[in-house]
Amino acid sequence: MQRIGVFVCWCGSNIAATVDVKAVAEALKSEPGVVFSTDYQYMCSQAGQDLIKEAIKEHKLTGLVICSCSPRMHENTFRKVAADSGINPYMVEIANIREQCSWVHKDKAIGTEKAIILARAAVAKVHLNTPLTPGESEVTKRALVIGGGIAGIQTALDIADAGYKVDIVETKPTIGGKMAQLDKTFPTLDCAACILTPKMVEVAQNENVRIFSYSEVTEVGGFVGNFTVKIKKKARYVKEDVCTGCGLCTEKCPMKKVPNDFNLGMNNKGAIYIPFAQAVPKVATIDPNYCNMLKNGKCGLCAKVCTAGAIDYTQKDEIIEEKYGAIVAATGYNPISLDKFDEFAYNQSKDVITSLEFERLTNAAGPTNGVLLRPSDLKHPKTIVFVQCVGSRCSADASKGKEYCSKICCMYTAKHAMLTRDKYPDTDVYVFYIDVRTPGKNFDEFYRRAVEEYGVHYIKGMVGKVIPEGDKLIVQGSDLLDNKQLKIEADLVVLAAAIEPDKSARNLATMLTASMDTNDFFTEAHPKLRPVESPTAGIFLSGTCQGPKDIPETVSQAGAAASKVIGLLAKDKLKGNPCVAHSDELMCNGCSSCERVCPYKAITYVDKEFRMPDRTTKVRRVAFVNEAVCQGCGACTVACPSGAMDLKGFKSKQIMAEVDAICK
Amino acid sequence: MKVSYFPGCTLKNKAKDLDKYARLCALKLGVELEEIENWQCCGGAFSMGEDEIASKLSSVRALQYAKEKDQYLVSVCSACHNVLKQTNYQMQNNSDFAFKANNYLAFDNPYNGETKVIHYLELLRDVIGFDKIKENTVNPLKDKKIAAYYGCLLLRPSKVLAMDDAENPSIMEDFIKAIGATPVVYPYRNECCGGYATLEDKNLVNKKSGLVKNSAKNNGADLIITACPLCKYNLEKNNNTDIPVVYITELLAEALGLKEE
Repeated sequence: MQRIGVFVCWCGSNIAATVDVKAVAEALKSEPGVVFSTDYQYMCSQAGQDLIKEAIKEHKLTGLVICSCSPRMHENTFRKVAADSGINPYMVEIANIREQCSWVHKDKAIGTEKAIILARAAVAKVHLNTPLTPGESEVTKRALVIGGGIAGIQTALDIADAGYKVDIVETKPTIGGKMAQLDKTFPTLDCAACILTPKMVEVAQNENVRIFSYSEVTEVGGFVGNFTVKIKKKARYVKEDVCTGCGLCTEKCPMKKVPNDFNLGMNNKGAIYIPFAQAVPKVATIDPNYCNMLKNGKCGLCAKVCTAGAIDYTQKDEIIEEKYGAIVAATGYNPISLDKFDEFAYNQSKDVITSLEFERLTNAAGPTNGVLLRPSDLKHPKTIVFVQCVGSRCSADASKGKEYCSKICCMYTAKHAMLTRDKYPDTDVYVFYIDVRTPGKNFDEFYRRAVEEYGVHYIKGMVGKVIPEGDKLIVQGSDLLDNKQLKIEADLVVLAAAIEPDKSARNLATMLTASMDTNDFFTEAHPKLRPVESPTAGIFLSGTCQGPKDIPETVSQAGAAASKVIGLLAKDKLKGNPCVAHSDELMCNGCSSCERVCPYKAITYVDKEFRMPDRTTKVRRVAFVNEAVCQGCGACTVACPSGAMDLKGFKSKQIMAEVDAICK
Repeated sequence: MKVSYFPGCTLKNKAKDLDKYARLCALKLGVELEEIENWQCCGGAFSMGEDEIASKLSSVRALQYAKEKDQYLVSVCSACHNVLKQTNYQMQNNSDFAFKANNYLAFDNPYNGETKVIHYLELLRDVIGFDKIKENTVNPLKDKKIAAYYGCLLLRPSKVLAMDDAENPSIMEDFIKAIGATPVVYPYRNECCGGYATLEDKNLVNKKSGLVKNSAKNNGADLIITACPLCKYNLEKNNNTDIPVVYITELLAEALGLKEE
């Protein structure tokens, strides 16, 4: 028989306001096995913890029931109290009488009754609890960063600086991400390339960092400290270690009509290309969809001109398998497709462009060498209209766009408007906005400068329609402050398209068993207190894959993610979770149901010899759980038809005892 | 095949051609438009008042009629279709409204939005199929450049009307292609003609309709087609740009060889 202590927490008034905590403690005194029951204002405080420790000593308790907040909040706190007092931590049960009781009820009588029932269920479970001991596992001292934008680069650099090995996997032929495409950065207006490319070079030269460019993660197995990852290195038909990046092949390639995706399709490149001058690694890549040699076996010009002999038309995709202790998702963002926003005529007119396209148009390395010329006729636009919130802050009812604020558009639009007026003072610049949101260091000052010093016309209101007429774009919008309908004849319209997580993120989240929100942003373990960790152990988040953010914020978060990774890799061994699946071999009939449902590939089947009642032996096929891999999700226990599979700490018997106690 | 047909008041008066050719063409394509018995005016415009019930009851009655016949409810007039479709949406999604409307009408079996309301264009596209129209076209309008004018009621609110992308529709252009002509896409095709404002501010409507007609003409159209009697009235009445406006069903009749001169 257990000797159980019940501790009812008030949580200040959080619980005590809607639950009569004294009545709960009193009612539990008469439960079988309960030898001590009390209440206290803050059970998690030092005084509360001491109270529990005293009671354990005085009443020789063997099990504890804490009636308090969610176990997600303080289960570990109270398990530690138990362990400090010599009780196995898994003899502690939490009755959640805050989130699941006091916070959702208004009536004190009902709240109290429910709290008593929840506490009884916990007592029933403790009777069946057994001490559990977690296993230990080694930590592979290497981290994987998925995504090579500024977030991934910064995370990798910080991890490498601490002396750990780190690999970056980037799907594009070069690292650098979106920041490499930008012209200037707000609010300081330093050039993006000038501050990014040194970091790209630094990461490439760091001996702790390996870069797998033009590669994808295809499979992730294992668990925190021991991930096994398969990386597909796509064939670039150029030997990476031989190519010198001279660029001769890209000039000689006769295929000139390949849309240049680095310039967002605003000009063309060859079938063999280097994305931009400061690419890392600076090696050429052949696009197999356009290369004549790969498509028809005719041409081969690049191989002829390559003095290094780097071209290899027979190159195949290569799969690399590597072990990692920690994985960081840094998959970044993309502007949304504007197909559902035809009122802005993006698909009808070449002179309606996105803000990212505007960045390329003003970038010295862009399609117009940094001269602001509109795409249709390469004339200098005299009137430019910027439209903010295109696809951001849409109502849930609109069935298009995103509900959230994309956060960066107000600032980059102010930047675009200001730079345009600075370089081309004869240009009229209008900005339509819903609100201007500029929280951030020196951000509002920056926006005010655009308005006050540079004379940008800011108009509160949205654009209803953009009408291409002749070589003009008629922008129909409303000025809410002046209560007027406006028609502006513009030469160029720039849409601040909402940003969304990269499409690869969803697939990656499934591989990592990391959770996502409804917008496909990765969810953090706690929105305030654990912002760079995924709820899945060993998976960390860096940059815009977790939510919209600008460069300074991304870099801070990248560093934070790195510090969490370093903290993990610094450990030699990790304690596992003892609440894992366990198969009763005598009951297992070898049907493989559990193996099929296990998302972690933790279950295998083994042939085992069993002694039969008649003293003969028989070989049977039975399930075997790798406890280090099992995450304790419990899927197998449901799938098992013979009831052989059970979850330690959450056995069917224990759950049923709780249900019985509730229904009594 | 038979469908329930709600012609609406204007089609009995000013827009007789819209009605006549709708029936003739449908019949030729194998669908009989069966006029609802004792239908009443749809109200002309869908009231945005959440508590407005009386003006929507005639629509509910028509919807119930189609439900009992187990038929699609088809109309040609954009305004009627808009009111019927929006009322049906309320019957499906606003239980308070549905409860009160049913109380007023006291049907034997209450109506809860079961009927499928489709516009004549949807009948052509989804039930008959544009391919079948192509097969039955005897006078392909090959040299015609035609501007489809949607107006606002046919497409919006887009979530409720759910016929096409309200900002970039294609159903009428596909229809124009099916009868062998060339569609002209122009920016004002889904803008308002001015609608009922014609009763009090002719200048405003003149301006709005003028934008539509000029835009169609400047983009090279010879002809504008519409499904809406009010749109046709406004476009013809209030502007002097020289471009004819005809109903979709007239054009269809011409292509199918059913047009009487």
